[in-house]
Amino acid sequence: MSEWWTYRLSNFLLFSPRTYYRLFELYNSEIWPGQVLALLVGLAMLALARNPGPWQSRVIAAALAASWLWVAWAFHYTRYASINWAAIYFAGAFALEALLLLGFGVVKELQLRRAGAGLLSAVGIGLFVFALVLHPLIGPLVGRSWSQIEIFAIAPDPTVIATLGVLVLASGSSTWLLLPIPILWCLVSGATAWTMHSADAAVMPVAAAVALAVRIGRPSKPDGY
Amino acid sequence: MKTVVPIPSVNRRQLLHTLAAAGAAAVSAGTHLARADSVLTRPIPSSGERLPAVGLGSWITFNVGYDEVARAACAEVIGNFFDAGGRLIDSSPMYGSSQAVIGGALKRLGKPAALFSADKVWTSPGSRGPAQIETSRLHWDVPRFDLLQVHNLLAWQEHLPTLNAMKAKGQLRYVGITTSEGRRHREVEEIMRKEPLDFVQVTYNVIDRDVEARILPLARERGIAVIVNRPFQQGALIERVARRPLPPWAGEIGCTSWAQLLLKFIISHPAVTCAIPATTSVAHVRENMEAAREPLPHEAMRRRMAVHVAAL
Repeated sequence: MSEWWTYRLSNFLLFSPRTYYRLFELYNSEIWPGQVLALLVGLAMLALARNPGPWQSRVIAAALAASWLWVAWAFHYTRYASINWAAIYFAGAFALEALLLLGFGVVKELQLRRAGAGLLSAVGIGLFVFALVLHPLIGPLVGRSWSQIEIFAIAPDPTVIATLGVLVLASGSSTWLLLPIPILWCLVSGATAWTMHSADAAVMPVAAAVALAVRIGRPSKPDGY
Repeated sequence: MKTVVPIPSVNRRQLLHTLAAAGAAAVSAGTHLARADSVLTRPIPSSGERLPAVGLGSWITFNVGYDEVARAACAEVIGNFFDAGGRLIDSSPMYGSSQAVIGGALKRLGKPAALFSADKVWTSPGSRGPAQIETSRLHWDVPRFDLLQVHNLLAWQEHLPTLNAMKAKGQLRYVGITTSEGRRHREVEEIMRKEPLDFVQVTYNVIDRDVEARILPLARERGIAVIVNRPFQQGALIERVARRPLPPWAGEIGCTSWAQLLLKFIISHPAVTCAIPATTSVAHVRENMEAAREPLPHEAMRRRMAVHVAAL
């Protein structure tokens, strides 16, 4: 790209905020009542994460992988790509993350820290609960329609934050391989929202920063597992 | 002594096209016909064909994906654009679903014959150009494009020979290049000097006036039509002035809104052929088309406009 320094983020925004959030409205109406199923799966994962053994960890990783794969296909590839050609690449990245979760979380094991085992597990569970319950409320709180809410395992942002929560709970060096794509998405999503002047533009970058900070500062071995 | 005004030469196809366009406008415009007829036009220097001085851009505004409600709204904007005497619609394969939305709207409107279709090729390497152009043509659902431009000079060395060959075969009427927001102006100048271009597309508005120094004079010298993008700085310029009252002298140049004032500044430059504001609003497309009417500001008034807006 010639004279790349002259480009601003707004030069890469191909759609209006109205079109972007309307995408969620149409998506939600087309897959209803899939959102209920997604929330039930999320709650089941939360219950398993309270006292995770080997099979619980594998079930959580498999559910996350399925969520990433669904978002890759149903959101990025099928819908978002209609207004943003870059979404084809996002779909590829989300599918790759699903494969990584299967490889390092189901074939191998994530080794999750149990709930109530200190600050780190509190942050991990906190991020997951935030993704499942609080994140969907942010849109309506900043003035967007309820019909445009973003739900875990349906929309990319809450799916990514929930994954960051699980990765904070996880131990082992292989989890570092699972972090880059969620972190990158947080930056992409934050930049998109910031360019659209969305009031909640900081949410995704802050979630990434929290997850990275506790992941870097955590002990090398899991406690309470 | 009687003054003889040279009449631009037109071939049979152009004449038929113009007649067909006039016929279609007469049917579709209805009571708006008188207004549409008084729209200011500018000649394309390489052919003499005249274009309305205000066209319609599609960056962001028509990229609405599969949303049928939004697509219908876009079709209404495009319908009103034609009713008000508009012809040139500009898009690009870079603009997401915009091409398909325009194509769908044209179909709903019964393929208005007045259409002047301007699109772009935006891919590298250049060998991918013909396939992309064909995909774009299918989205628009037109027999051929009137104008194809190399978007942001991407792989222009490879695309221009392709476009010139298409023009020679009658698969395309005009060839151009584009840039935006002041980028790569030296390269644009170089291409304008060396290549047989019909059109150049640049950013120009009452604040961003770099092109006045070299590119616009060069376009006049070389007989190249000029399309102006970002006339409102993607809305930022409108936001900047919107809360201020129109200057008292706005009425002298026939302006009843800031959008008209900003557009009249652009199209009153003698090198400019057409400005292409983008909008999703029927009221705004009507308002924009009203700018393409006499009176236009003279040079002293243009300087006054620039000083006034810069101070806001």
